[in-house]
Order: sequence, then structure tokens, then C-alpha cells
Amino acid sequence: MDEVAIYAFQIGFAFAILILISLGLAVIFGMMRVINLAQGEFLMLGAYFCTLITQSGVNLWLAFLLSGLAVGVFGIIVEVVIIRWLYGRILDTLLATWGLSLFLVGGVTTLFGPQSESVAAPLGRFSVGVYGISQYSLVVIAVALALLAGTYALWRYTRFGLVVRGTMQNPTMAAGLGIRTWLVYMLTFGFGSALTGLAGAVLAPIVGAAPPMGVFFIGKAFITVIAGGQMPLLGTISASGLFGTIDGVVSYISSSVVGEMGMLFVAIILLRLLPLGITGRLKRGI
Amino acid sequence: MALRVLGLTAPSKKPQPWWWGVVALLALFVFTIPLYLDVAELYSISNFLVLAILALSMSFLWGYGGMLSFGQTAFFGLGGYTYAVLALNTGETTSALLIAVLLPMIFAAILGYFMIYGRISDIYFSVITLVVTLILEKGIRATSGDQYVIGSVRLNGQNGIPTTPSLQLPWDAKAQLDIADVFYVAAGLLFVTYIGLRLLLLTRFGRILVSIKENERRSELLGYDTRRYKWLAFVIAGGIAGLAGAMWGIWGNFVGPNMFNLNQAAQVVIWVIVGGKSTLIGPIGGTVAVQYLTDWLGTQGVGQVSLILGIILMVMVLLFQQGLLPSAGIIAAFAKDRLGLTRRGRAS
Amino acid sequence: MSEDVVLETRDLEKRFGGVRAIAGVSFKLRRGELRCLIGPNGAGKSTFFKMLTAQLRPTAGQILFEGADITKLHAHQIGRLGIGIKNQVPDVYDGLTVHENLWLAASAEAKPTAARAKVDEVMARLELGPLAERLVGELAHGQRQWVEFGMVTAREPKIILLDEPTAGMSVEETNRTAQLILEANKSATIVVVEHDMQFIRQIARYVTVFHQGAILAEDTMANIQANQTVKDVYLGKSGSA
Ligand SMILES: Nc1ncnc2c1ncn2[C@@H]1O[C@H](COP(=O)(O)OP(=O)(O)O)[C@@H](O)[C@H]1O
Ligand SMILES: [Mg+2]
Repeated sequence: MDEVAIYAFQIGFAFAILILISLGLAVIFGMMRVINLAQGEFLMLGAYFCTLITQSGVNLWLAFLLSGLAVGVFGIIVEVVIIRWLYGRILDTLLATWGLSLFLVGGVTTLFGPQSESVAAPLGRFSVGVYGISQYSLVVIAVALALLAGTYALWRYTRFGLVVRGTMQNPTMAAGLGIRTWLVYMLTFGFGSALTGLAGAVLAPIVGAAPPMGVFFIGKAFITVIAGGQMPLLGTISASGLFGTIDGVVSYISSSVVGEMGMLFVAIILLRLLPLGITGRLKRGI
Repeated sequence: MALRVLGLTAPSKKPQPWWWGVVALLALFVFTIPLYLDVAELYSISNFLVLAILALSMSFLWGYGGMLSFGQTAFFGLGGYTYAVLALNTGETTSALLIAVLLPMIFAAILGYFMIYGRISDIYFSVITLVVTLILEKGIRATSGDQYVIGSVRLNGQNGIPTTPSLQLPWDAKAQLDIADVFYVAAGLLFVTYIGLRLLLLTRFGRILVSIKENERRSELLGYDTRRYKWLAFVIAGGIAGLAGAMWGIWGNFVGPNMFNLNQAAQVVIWVIVGGKSTLIGPIGGTVAVQYLTDWLGTQGVGQVSLILGIILMVMVLLFQQGLLPSAGIIAAFAKDRLGLTRRGRAS
Repeated sequence: MSEDVVLETRDLEKRFGGVRAIAGVSFKLRRGELRCLIGPNGAGKSTFFKMLTAQLRPTAGQILFEGADITKLHAHQIGRLGIGIKNQVPDVYDGLTVHENLWLAASAEAKPTAARAKVDEVMARLELGPLAERLVGELAHGQRQWVEFGMVTAREPKIILLDEPTAGMSVEETNRTAQLILEANKSATIVVVEHDMQFIRQIARYVTVFHQGAILAEDTMANIQANQTVKDVYLGKSGSA
């Protein structure tokens, strides 16, 4: 029984991590067909921001929100300075954001040094039979679900969400209806960045903040988003569910590296069968 | 247009006679370098030559096959490790070098089958190749335990294999090549790869490959199974990257997980972008220039190299689409036009 | 009339989201025919051609070539079987020379020497000789259309599908294109999508009319011109009818 519970927890936790690291990427990709190769560094920025402000006395929970906000603003700047000039040139956008990624790693190392900064994980541990589980892991799972629900609600029930979905379906028609698509793109990029920054902050108590931390996560994030296909929410949820199960189980039995290799292996085979990802064939939806 | 101004010919054009002359002169020049440079300089130039082979693998694939692989370093690292492990196990380097080309080709064949026959989109192709090299790096880094042994060789995780042997003469295992010899081998292989690719692009295969890059649907409608040509190009490029990896191991007597890593992968892209992907010679120049710059920055201790590389990459993509060399060509063409030096217009 | 059917579709259908662009087309083409396909914009002509050449997958229905089901084949397999197409939008290798464009077409099937001979022959026939080394992207619109026409014929297909081959051409160029099509018809079955009635009268014996994704009428040119339903469909476009 404990065994089952611990597996369920492992899978749930792996699922939550995948949601956290890829949701922002998926929102941007689903909306703008842009893959932000600096996704990992946006996570890192969130983690750094959170670490630095908590070290100077800000409450951790508040710091999460502020980190999301800060990285969101940074994302908007990036959109205006780089992304905007490359619309329709998808591969160039990849290259430019890769440059951004190198730049951010180099920049943060220059500013804060190569060592890792840490925040103490709040809350304690509880046990399931012989196994110990940190309560903070449950917070991570809760935050992941909350972000999913929040994104869904924003997309589904607000005017902004309606405009975004309209633009996603048919940018030309949206522009014809007087929607300022440039603004929609800018805000979407900002929103995706904010989700990523918040995720980075939430991860900080677990992994700390260090310049190369982005690289640690991006492999998984890219696999999840690509396998998920164009629909940001359904794609991320289904891919995270699939890969979270693989990652959780394999990592638990073997090691996290093997878990990640297993994910890649399944993703490549999946793409042979569904070249557009799990949600590639579905025409509508978010 | 820009290329014509610089006297460079488009792909799948028979090289002019003078091209062979230029290549021969270049070869002559490169092969006399050891006569007047010291060992340390020779050593670092050999590195450029080896890395230029890696750049060729990518620029062939991108510039002529239209496939932007971010993960040529996967084959580079694989080639290096294959060479090191085999050479140390067998004590024989010639066959190790050959297999270090073959194994990455086989890996590319399998990976390419899934990606190219699945017809995944360009962006997925780029990202998946990147993820492959990242995860290989992680895999190799995780092999620090004693249990990770192939034959008699420990993989050593983070630390790599610092006992990678230099090349021997095929007929005499005791004759290890010294630094100058390795220079000659690297230069020779670079020339062979360059000329080989240049000639390959003139063959039926090469011309069809270029046509696919130009307009894949048209090639399909004409009856070409474009997937097969792209797949073959991917396999060939994998072999070339593997060769570069093995030579890099031979050059530094070392292979390590950094061969796969994100910075290394980014550098390959930057070499090709700086050199321009529309020629094969450009990326060779790009490799030497960028690598020289990063080496120099390293010795100056002016902070983070990746900071500079990131700026170069962003600036190149945003401002110099065609690469520096072709961009110079465009500027030259513009200047010529303005100064009224050409009256011929666009006539060929 | 003998029933040597070379191409047939059965209840072919294509949906784009909710739109039925092709709504159940059953179409037969006899060997050696020169068929014209007409119909107002948006009738589904281009979509129909694209399904025949596997550029689009049908939502339902069947395509048969010489009696064999080819519905599920890939585009390159269709090309190899001998169905060539000139799409509505010029679809050539803009970055390559005229000679290379034709060479690529000819080499798809023929051995190297035969391919070279074929290229020379096509260049002579289309009078493209002086342009051989020009990049196709630098040519005028009409010339690019001919290059594409040359590519399609160099492949020596059994069936040639031409989607608006005279669009943007001068009267003189259009007449010349008509001659080229009649010539190509000596060795291949041809279907031409056109709007220019003058042009259609010049070449066609048999005409199929598409309307809203379905076949509205199929008859000789004379009968089609007298057909009241067809006239209604083209109402307001009487200038071209
Ligand atoms: N890729 C597509 N996606 C959605 N609708 C399409 C697409 N291609 C064509 N259509 C629609 O299908 C219908 C038929 O178009 P088309 O075949 O181009 O007509 P024609 O060539 O007869 O002018 C039109 O209503 C058009 O809007
Ligand atoms: Mg049409």
C-alpha cells in the first residue's frame, strides 16, 4: 500500500515538475509558433529573483508572485527587442533565443558568480510508512495544478483569452477585426514568461539558483512541449501525464538520467507516429 | 547575387578551373605552416582545423540540405568516445578511427529515420537534435561510477577519458603521431572533407538534395522520395561530425562530456552563421575566426565567453542574415552599384 | 466511345474544418483526352487537383489510376506513376537555373544521357535556350510558367494536370501555351483548369464544370455554353463566358 502511494506521489511530482517547466513554453509555442530556447534561463531568472529577494527579507510566498511578475516584464522586453523582428522566421527566432540563452547564462555568472544560491525549503516532512516526503513537494504539485487552472480560466473566461484564442486560430482575420495582434503577441509572450518565472521561483527551494540550472530542465521541457503539439493546455497536460509517468517510475527504479533518456526515446517514437504531437490532429481547442 | 560579386559559385555549379587552383594554393599554404610556426601555435591551429570539419558537417546539412540540426555535437561526442574506447581497448587506432565514423552514422540513421520519415517540422527537428545532444551529455556525465566500463575502459563521467591515444601509423603501432603529424592529418582530412562535399554536391544526389532545400514539394511531385535524400544527407553529416570528434580526441588526447554540451552545440551554429551557410568555405573561415576569438577571450580573462557568444549570435541573426562573408558581398555589390562601377545590371 | 479510363475518382470528399471544399466528386478521365475543368473561384478545382497528386489527403472517397487504388500513396509515388501537375501558384526552384530546373525534372525518371537529351529537347520546344543559365526566380511571370510547364512535360507523365496555366499571360503567350498543350496532348492525357473561355474553346473538346465542390455539368463545349444552369452559376461573369 505504501509502495503504491509512493509511486503515485513520484508520478504526481514528476507530472507537476513537467507542467511547471513547460507550461510557459507551451503557451508561447501554441500561440506564436515560437519556441523560446531561453526557456531554461527564464526559469533561472525566476529562481534567482526569488532567492535574492527572500534573502533580503521578502516573504517566500510573495516572492513567488513577484518573481513571476519580474520575469513577465523581462519577457515583454525580450519580445519587443528580439522576437517581434523575427515573426514568420521561426528558425531565426530559435537561433536568436539561443543567443539570448547564452547571453543570460554568461550575464548572470558575471553578476552573481558561478556558485549556487539557495533558499531554505519551507514546511517539514511527513512520512508514508517508511518513506519520508517533504510537504513542500505537495506545494509544488498544488502550484502546478493552480497554474493550469488559472491559465485555463484566463483563456476560457476572459476577454483577453477570447482575443488570444481568436488570434491563435486566424491571425489575419483577427487583425481584420481590429485586434492589435502585435499587442496580443507581446502580452502572450509576457504571460508565458511570467508562468516560467513563477515556476523557476517555486523550484528554487528544491534546486537552488545557479547559472547553468536552465540546462538541467530544458531537455524535458522541450520534449514535453513538442510531444504535446500545438495546444498549450491539453498538449501539456497529456504529454506531462505520459512523460511524468515514465519519468517518475523509471527515475524511481533507476536514475533520473535514465528517466530522461526514457522520455526522449518515447518522444522520438511518438513523433514518428504523430509528427505534429499528441494534439496535432485536433483542429480546435486550447 | 552577393556570391557572384565575390566570385563564389552557387551550389551544384561545376567549380571553375581557377577554383582548383585556389584550393591547391591554400593546401600548399596550410601544409607549409609547420615550417614557420612553433609547436604551441601549431597545436591551437590543429584544433581550428578539426573543429572546421565539424562546422562543415553542419553547414552541409543546413546550407544544402535545408536541415538545421542543433545537435551535430551528439555525433561529434559519440565519435570521440567511440574512438577513445576502441583505441584503448584494442591498442589499434586505424580501425578505431573508422568505426568512430561509422557508429555516429548508424546512430544518425536511426535517429534520422524517426525524424525525417516522420516528417516532423523544421522547428521540431532542430529542437529534438538539440535535446538529443543534451541528454547524451547528461548520460555521459552520469557514468562516473566504477560499474560504467566498456571493455577495459572506464567512462569516468565528468572527467572524461584523459588517456585517449594519439593516432598510430596503420602499419606500425609504435609510431605515434606527434603534434606536427596530427596537424597534417587534420589539415588533410579537412581538405578531403571539403573537396568531397563540394564534389558530392555536383552529383545527382547532391543536386537533388539542393532542389529539396529549394522546394521540397516540387521535388516530391517530380517523383523523388525526398525523405530518402534528406536521411542520407543526415547520415553523411553524422559521419563527418563523428570524424571530427575522433580527431578532436586524437588532437587533445582527451574526450569528455563537454563535447556534447550546449555551449559546444551553440558554437557550431555560430561558426556556420558567422561564415554564412550558402558556401562551404565560409563556415571554415567562421570557425577559425570565432574559435580564435574565444581562445583569445579565454586568455584575457574578460569574463564570460558565453556572454560574448550570445551577443554574436543575436546580432548575427537580427542584423546579418547571410553571414559575414556574404554580407560583405552584398555591401560590396551595393557600393559598386552606387559608384557606377558596373553597367551590366543583372545580365548573367 | 471506348472506355479506357485512366483516372477515376469515387465520391471524393475534402473538408477543411467545417467547410466541404470537395463534396463527393465522381470523375472519369479517358486516356488521351484533353479535358477542361471550369468553375467559379472557390469551386474546389485546385483542391481537387491537390488530392489527385497527394498534396492533400481526401477526407473520404477513392482515387484510381489505371484501375489501381492510389488514394493512400505519397506524392512522390504519384509522381513516379506518371501524374504530373502544375499548381496554380508557380511551383519551381527559384534559386536554381532554368537548365537545372528542367534537368531535375528529366532526371527523376531518365538515365543521365537520356535526361540531358530530354532537357535539350524541352528547351528547344519551349524556346528557353537563351535563358538556360538564368535563375528562374529572376524570370518574368509568363516565362516561369513555361519553365514549370516544361518541367512537368520533361517528366513524360501519362497524365498532366494544369492549374490555370495561362494566368497572367499576354494574348500572344496564351495562344502559344494553347499550342504547347495541344502538342503535349499527343502523348499524354491532360486536364486543364481555366477561366479564359476563348482559350478553352481553342483547346477543349470536353468540359467539366465544378460548382461548390461538386460536378455541376459535364459535356461538350458547345453544349456547356448552351447550358442554362452553367450560365446561372457564371451570372455576373458574362464577360468571360
Ligand atoms: N488549406 C485550406 N484550408 C481551408 N480552406 C481551404 C484550403 N484550401 C482551400 N480551401 C477552401 O476550399 C474551397 C475551394 O478552394 P479551391 O480549391 O482553391 O478553389 P478553386 O481552385 O476552384 O478556386 C474554397 O472555399 C477555399 O477557401
Ligand atoms: Mg484554384
